[in-house]
Order: sequence, then structure tokens, then C-alpha cells
Amino acid sequence: MKRLINQRPRRAVGYLLGLLPFVLLLLAYMAASAARLAENPNDPLLPSLGTLFDTFWRLATEPSRRTGELVLWVDTAASLTRLGLGVAISMAMGLVVGILAGLIPYAGRTLSPLITAVAMIPPLAVLPILFITFGVGELAKVVLIVFGIAPFIIRDVKQRVEELPTEQLIKAQTLGASTWLIILRVVLPQVVPRLLDATRLALGAAWLFLIASEAIAATEGLGYRIFLVRRFMDMATILPYVVWITLLAFLLDVALRFANRMLFPWYGGRRG
Amino acid sequence: MSAVTLKNVWKAYGRDVVLERVNLHVKTGEFVTVVGASGCGKTTFLRMLLGEESPTRGELLMDGRPMPGEPGPDRGVVFQKYSVFPHLNALNNVLVAEEFGRARLTGHLFGAARRAARDKAIAMLEAVGLQQALKKYPHELSGGMQQRLAIAQALMKDPRILLLDEPFGALDPGIRKDMHALILDLWKRRGLTIFMVTHDLKEGFYLGTRLLVFDKVRHDPQAPNAYGANITYDIPVGRTEPELLAEIRDQTGLPLATEEN
Repeated sequence: MKRLINQRPRRAVGYLLGLLPFVLLLLAYMAASAARLAENPNDPLLPSLGTLFDTFWRLATEPSRRTGELVLWVDTAASLTRLGLGVAISMAMGLVVGILAGLIPYAGRTLSPLITAVAMIPPLAVLPILFITFGVGELAKVVLIVFGIAPFIIRDVKQRVEELPTEQLIKAQTLGASTWLIILRVVLPQVVPRLLDATRLALGAAWLFLIASEAIAATEGLGYRIFLVRRFMDMATILPYVVWITLLAFLLDVALRFANRMLFPWYGGRRG
Repeated sequence: MSAVTLKNVWKAYGRDVVLERVNLHVKTGEFVTVVGASGCGKTTFLRMLLGEESPTRGELLMDGRPMPGEPGPDRGVVFQKYSVFPHLNALNNVLVAEEFGRARLTGHLFGAARRAARDKAIAMLEAVGLQQALKKYPHELSGGMQQRLAIAQALMKDPRILLLDEPFGALDPGIRKDMHALILDLWKRRGLTIFMVTHDLKEGFYLGTRLLVFDKVRHDPQAPNAYGANITYDIPVGRTEPELLAEIRDQTGLPLATEEN
């Protein structure tokens, strides 16, 4: 008998093992739901899978009676727009500030303490300030996301720039490159894949800030909907929404990983 | 004509003296190899030639003028590793040298200018034996091929001097022999002035036209960093007696890497 650390599951077994916890959780939910519904068929807390699916389908395909809109898609579009704007702005800031602070000593000395200090501020603590300053419209929500994830991305990009071997920068100079051309041809291309990695890691936080801000002040959005129907303990809406958000987050992550692999074939091999 | 001149050069970091009273004249076309125990200042010497460091005292001249305070296209360099750009394939690694110099804003050449630069880059890659690997990324190349690429890159700018910092230290003995042949060939055909720092005493002894040995001549056991190293041997081409080799080995404590085939 081999040691436990040397026993590896075969491929198919591995997939099945990965699925197992999901199946167990689902079974546990179904059992609990059935037990509650047997006692009170109108119990809202643990709706049956059928009810959950029906609700989700209704939100996705039937126009709302109040506004005439397809609620799920309106919410999804609103949330993804905010998230996309916030993340895109954070990425742009991460690239510009991160490269400057990491490569140019004067910029680094000037910006680094500020970045470190800002990164320490809990973003949700400044949410009221953002609402007061930027109003309760879209801007405050986008700014909250930027506030929450830009410092992290900036620091990650800066660190990556600092990790570039000095030899490379010297080599570029001996080939006649100016600071600008070093940024353009040496630093930027090597930092973009790392930027995508950092963005992937920051997406979790971005969702958190998005939903927090939508919960407080919004008229549509995934987070808004969840917190709206919470008052009615409408688990039949909340649970499918949570699954939907999880799915969107998962797809975004996969898309970024795929983009990195396709656009930067040298990136994975670099460590080999 | 002397390509590089050092007049009474000292280099100290705070109270730690690394080099002291270094005097040297190197003529254009010389192939200087530099050996010494670790910490003897040979890397500092190279960094001064690169412009990464400047002398604390004394004069460092290139073609009679003070050495510029930062690296530039008149001095090419090949390091032991990280010399090539991992995100560019072999062709672009060499082509970028041309683009750095001629496309100051976009960093890219287009049209006829690009085709000409491309031809020049391909010719250079052929000169180092990489014509089969134009589209390969550095991580797909062996260690020896990566160093060939780094040499091709450095030669694109026709540098006044070529600095080699233990360029073959990480290579297998057989590959190293090929690289010696390559660098000697390039040196003869292009009339380069080469400084090569090496760990391998034998490499230093047989490869160049001139061998410099860096070592400390003064020692203070109470303060090991109080005195810097100096050039203790300056041996011209042809003097390759085994006794001399053994003497330098005993003095520097460097191993004689045995060359296998």
C-alpha cells in the first residue's frame, strides 16, 4: 500500500470526486426542503428545486407586471456595466500607476506611500462619503469598486515591474532604448498578463463592493434585487440569483484565464 | 588607440573598499578576460564599464572621454542569464534592437524600414547559428541557444566594447566549447573589443589575448573590507605556461574546471 500522499486518482475519478461535494450539498438541500414543505407547503425559506427553477425562468422570460421589463436581464446588464466600468478603470490605473511607480524611482518614492495608505482604508467605510460626494447614481458604485480593487492591482503590477530582472533593463539600455521605449516594448508586454491575473483575483472583491453598493442605493441590479426581495423572505428569487451571480463570476474568471493563455503564449512557459 | 583607460580608480561602498588603485589601458580589438575569487570586485569592474556604477575616485575613460554614467548602445552586454526578452521570439529579440534606435516614438518599424531591419536581424541570427529558430521564444531555446541570441542582440548595435558577464557559466562543457569558437570567430571577424568576466580560470587563460586577475594585495584581518582588490596579474597573449596557471590558481583559490567532451 502506497503512502496517502502518493496515491493519485485517475482522471475520471478525479472529476467525479470534484462533483461529489456539489451533489451532496444538493441532496442535503433537497432533503431539508422536502421536510419543511411536508410540514407547510407554503414555507418560503427552502423552496423546492422546481419552484426555484420556475421563478428563475419567470424572471428571465416574462416581463415584469410593474415595469414591463425582463427583470433578470435588466439587473444583469446594470450590474455587469457597473462591474465592467469599475474593473476597466482599475486595470487602467493599475497599468499606468503600477508601471510608473515600479520603474521610475522618483514616481515610486512619490506614489508608493500613498498607494499603501489608500489600500489600508476599508472601502466600505468610505461608501457613505462616496454617496455624499458622487450622489446615489452610477458613479458612486463604480468609484467604490475602483476604490476597493485598484490599490491591489496597482501594487501587484508594481511588484511585477520590480521583479523584472535588472539585466533586462540594462540590456534594453545597451540596445539604445529610451525610458519610454523600455516601458512600451519591455515592461508593458510583460506586465499585461500579470495584470489579467491580478484582475482575476480582484474580481471577487469587485463583486462584493458592487453588491454592497447596490444593496444600499440602486433601482436595478443583481444586488439590488436580492436585497429588495429579502424583505419578503423570497428565497425562490434570492437563491437562483446567487447561483446566477456565481456563474457569471466563474465565466469571467475563465474568460480572463483563456485570454491570458491565447494572447501570451510565452507567459506560462516562462516559469518552466 | 586605447578603448578603455582606468587611471587610479577606486570603488568603495561606504567603508567597504572593493577596488583600489586600478590602472589599466585596453586597446581597441583586445579580448580581455577577467578572473578572480568571488567578491574580488570583478563584477564591480564590469558594472563600472557598463555605466551602472561610477568610480569613487580616479578616472574611467572610453576613447579618451569620461565613461557615460548609464548604459548605452556603445557598450553591448551579455549576462549569464535574463539577457533576452522572454516575451519576444528570437527574431523580434534581435529586431527590437534596431527598433529601439530608430523608432523613438512607437518602438516599431513599418514597411521598407522594417523589411531592411528584418533582413539585418536575420543575417545576425545566421551569424550566431540561429537561423532555424527565428520564431522560437526564449523558453523554447536551450541555454546555449539563448546565449547565442543574447550575443546576436548585443552585436546589432555595433558596440565599441562588448561586455560578457560569465556568459557561459551555466552551460555544459561541450556547449561551452562551441560558444568559445563562436565568440572567437565573431571577435576576429568584427574586430570587437571584448571584456569577459569568468569563473573558469582555464577559460580565462586560453580564450582571450589578455588575462586580468583581480585579487586583494593588502589584508587587514580585523577589517576584511578595509582594502580593495587590484589587478595582480596582467598577462598578455601567448603566455600559457602551466606553472603560471597553477600559480594563479593557488593565489585566487579558483578551481580549474576540467573540460570534458
